[in-house]
Amino acid sequence: MSTAIAPAAIAVPQPAPSRGYWAGVARRLSRDPVTLFFGALLLLMALAILLAPLIAPHDPYQTSMIRRLRPIWFQDGRYPLGTDELGRDMLTRLLYGGRLSWFLGITPVLIAFAIGGTLGVVAGFAGGWVNMLIMRTTDVFYAFPSVLLAVAISGALGPGVSNAMLSLTLVFIPQIIRVAESTTTAVRNLDYVESARASGAGPMTIVRVHVLPNVLGPVFVYSTSLISVAMILASGLSFLGLGTKPPEPEWGLMLNTLRTAIYTQPLIAMLPGLCIFLTSMCFNMVSDGLRTAMDVRG
Amino acid sequence: MFFYLIRRILYAIPIALAVGLVCFMLVQIAPGDPINAIVPADAPAEVVEQVRRDYGLDKPLPVQFVLWLGRVVQGDLGRSLATGRPVTADLRSAVGNTLMLALVAAFIGFVMGSILGTVAAVFRGTVLDKLAVGLAAAGVSIPHYWLGMVLVVFFSVTLNWLPAMGAGPGGSGDWEWNWAHVQFLVLPAVTLSVIPMGIVTRTVRGVVMELLAQDFVTTLRGKGLRRGGIALHVLKNAAPSVLAVMGLQLGYLMGGSILVETVFSWPGTGFLLNSAIFQRDLPVLQGTILVLAIFFVVLNLAVDLVQTALDPRIRRA
Amino acid sequence: MNEPLVQVRDLYVRFVSRDATVHAVNGVSFDLAERESLCILGESGSGKSVTLRALMALNPPRRTKLSGTVRVGGHDIIAASERKMADIRGSTVSMIFQEPMTALDPVFTIGRQIAETVMRHEGTSRAAADARALELLELVQIPSAKRRLAAYPHELSGGLRQRAMIAIALSCRPKLLLADEPTTALDATVQIQILLLLRRLQQEMGMGVIFVTHDLGVAGEVADRVAVMYAGKFIEQGPVRGLMQGPLHPYAQGLLGATVHAGMRGERLTTIPGAPPNLERVPQGCAFAPRCAHVREECLPEVPDFRSPVPGHAARCVLVPDAMSQAA
Repeated sequence: MSTAIAPAAIAVPQPAPSRGYWAGVARRLSRDPVTLFFGALLLLMALAILLAPLIAPHDPYQTSMIRRLRPIWFQDGRYPLGTDELGRDMLTRLLYGGRLSWFLGITPVLIAFAIGGTLGVVAGFAGGWVNMLIMRTTDVFYAFPSVLLAVAISGALGPGVSNAMLSLTLVFIPQIIRVAESTTTAVRNLDYVESARASGAGPMTIVRVHVLPNVLGPVFVYSTSLISVAMILASGLSFLGLGTKPPEPEWGLMLNTLRTAIYTQPLIAMLPGLCIFLTSMCFNMVSDGLRTAMDVRG
Repeated sequence: MFFYLIRRILYAIPIALAVGLVCFMLVQIAPGDPINAIVPADAPAEVVEQVRRDYGLDKPLPVQFVLWLGRVVQGDLGRSLATGRPVTADLRSAVGNTLMLALVAAFIGFVMGSILGTVAAVFRGTVLDKLAVGLAAAGVSIPHYWLGMVLVVFFSVTLNWLPAMGAGPGGSGDWEWNWAHVQFLVLPAVTLSVIPMGIVTRTVRGVVMELLAQDFVTTLRGKGLRRGGIALHVLKNAAPSVLAVMGLQLGYLMGGSILVETVFSWPGTGFLLNSAIFQRDLPVLQGTILVLAIFFVVLNLAVDLVQTALDPRIRRA
Repeated sequence: MNEPLVQVRDLYVRFVSRDATVHAVNGVSFDLAERESLCILGESGSGKSVTLRALMALNPPRRTKLSGTVRVGGHDIIAASERKMADIRGSTVSMIFQEPMTALDPVFTIGRQIAETVMRHEGTSRAAADARALELLELVQIPSAKRRLAAYPHELSGGLRQRAMIAIALSCRPKLLLADEPTTALDATVQIQILLLLRRLQQEMGMGVIFVTHDLGVAGEVADRVAVMYAGKFIEQGPVRGLMQGPLHPYAQGLLGATVHAGMRGERLTTIPGAPPNLERVPQGCAFAPRCAHVREECLPEVPDFRSPVPGHAARCVLVPDAMSQAA
């Protein structure tokens, strides 16, 4: 019961307005060790997969019939994380696999952010039948659970990276539209936007000066929270055989092909999933931290 | 209230129709001739032409949609290309299995999430809160298909306590509520429950925290109510929104269990979908997705109505 | 009984959070006799509500640091366990709040919210508690009380909600009623009805009442005594008539000057320049000094003691002549 409403007496006055909004965000972020930790971990992973060709010890496609499913630290560390079911070096595969997994997780959200954000702002700002048209269409896609929609589209289009990306983008667009639309509508009705309109500012000016700065932040934060879901979904599609095709390294697909190995080399079979989990967790925590630091409600 | 009810139900109809349209379009966007979604690829040409006329596939798309819709409403989802059996026959048992799995998983997730969320809100800012928040974050971040495999490694391979796959000792046949069968349900249900667990924890934590900060809680304390008495008030206030989230989660579980069902070879809709995708069995794909999506629409409607019924502020307005 | 109903000595309340400590109440002392009514007057942020809540330990428990003595009806409030407090709240002392819409649980009926208080403290059956709830609604003059028992808060008007709130507070015949701006959220015409009701109930039930308000009109209407609060301290206290007609402290003078009275038409309203101090630091000396037109050297080093030109009326200001030996 510690959260009873604070009396007016303890309302702490706002700090001097000389400091900018982004300085405040940075200051709050710097005081948030959890977000910083996961952010650092994320950077480290990003660096590792970007530099995969430089740091990977082996060729990701080099198979070997004699050293299949070798344990961790095989040959005194020549294969630090062992080998997979076709004798390829796991560490190398994981490093290269991250590239596709990250790409598949992030790109659809970025595209959906651009398309969904635009449509949402248009719907929120235009109102009327434009809003009606966009939002009712959104409702239809909202009537599908996201996994089902992704599987449905991907399944109908058939396997492949571009099909998987298309289906994921379609899954996220409606979600981003909703957030962008409701934020825009809220901003549009703010008193000072009303007064800007009353004093003769044109619609483009209002959008540029008032709406976008206020809407982009929340929509962006929301979108970052989708990356985590997108990573899981994208790898999930590959796991089902709908995304990447072998022998391309990708975490979800690797998890699938190593499924039979859970009886012989369970540790190695778990590694790709662990990578997905770590990445998704990092994106989630960083997104949460951003949301708090940027003081985005909802 | 009555008019709200009617309006809400009427609003669900165009949504359901549009969902049907999306499912109809699935076959159209699939590469190749949509006729392949009805007859096997190796069928003789005259059979193909016959079917094309019978099904109206030589007619314009809108007409085709109406014809298709007419068949669907009569319960005809076509025949599986792989087995030749009516899609509805396969779907019936699969939907039952998935619903059972989803219900059990939703229940576990709901109970765990409610407890964790309440504890986190009451002990806000303490280690318990951080633990609950961390668990919730892990629950929504974990690839559940991977968690399923981890659980299999642990409880089936290493400890040999629980079966790794299937839905019963005698295959997927008859389900009975005894341990011999229920043990097959444990791992998939637990695996699937981490998502609603995470989301319900977050929701309950947020809702309870917001409620605890409200004036009426101070009034309740001022009346001399003890923790239990206050908890009753908070619970009744929180129920509508938490139940709404839970209801939607059940829908997401129904539609999202495909990955977990694949891991555990659970004979539900997800498993059916998975094999349909592999065999490019479009009627099964289309039928399964249609049924799951319509289920979700109906669930959404039910959640809205229940929520309305639970909240006196809306009920009498 | 020789102990007064309420005895507060050197009450300090601080709110401690990671970012800051707010010194909300900085040494408040007063007594309240049985059947007496006191009005604490002050701007928002002066610590008046916090003082009121401290009387029944209702401030947020984990962040609140209390010191001093608070005794209500013979109970030591500061030392009491949360369990003991729960027994005292609602039975010995109860409170009504500013905003009856948010102070009532929106999803429970009015009747239920009254009955549960009765059941909690008097251990009666549900039926007896319901019967008592009906009596109480009639006591606070809610029309068609029987029907209103089954109503939810949002179905009542603001005035009726506040009456229901009063019914809850009175349900176990408390000796002390605390009222935190009970009429601020109401329409002007409803305000006076509620005040009259409270005054009548106080006399009928023989309660002590402490009001907190920023509205001088309310103070004049219901109080025997008035205390003016500024920056967490009482800076003036006295009988209602004396204080309203001849405020001693420059702040109290400013406060009265900033209010519209009847018959002031054509006169210029005075305002107090500046803003109340930030209570993250305890102000040194008279907290009002930075805004005071009469500030002197001796105001700054330490807080002036109460000075009392007439018995029972005193102010913490060096300008006030001290006719009596120390009063407070």
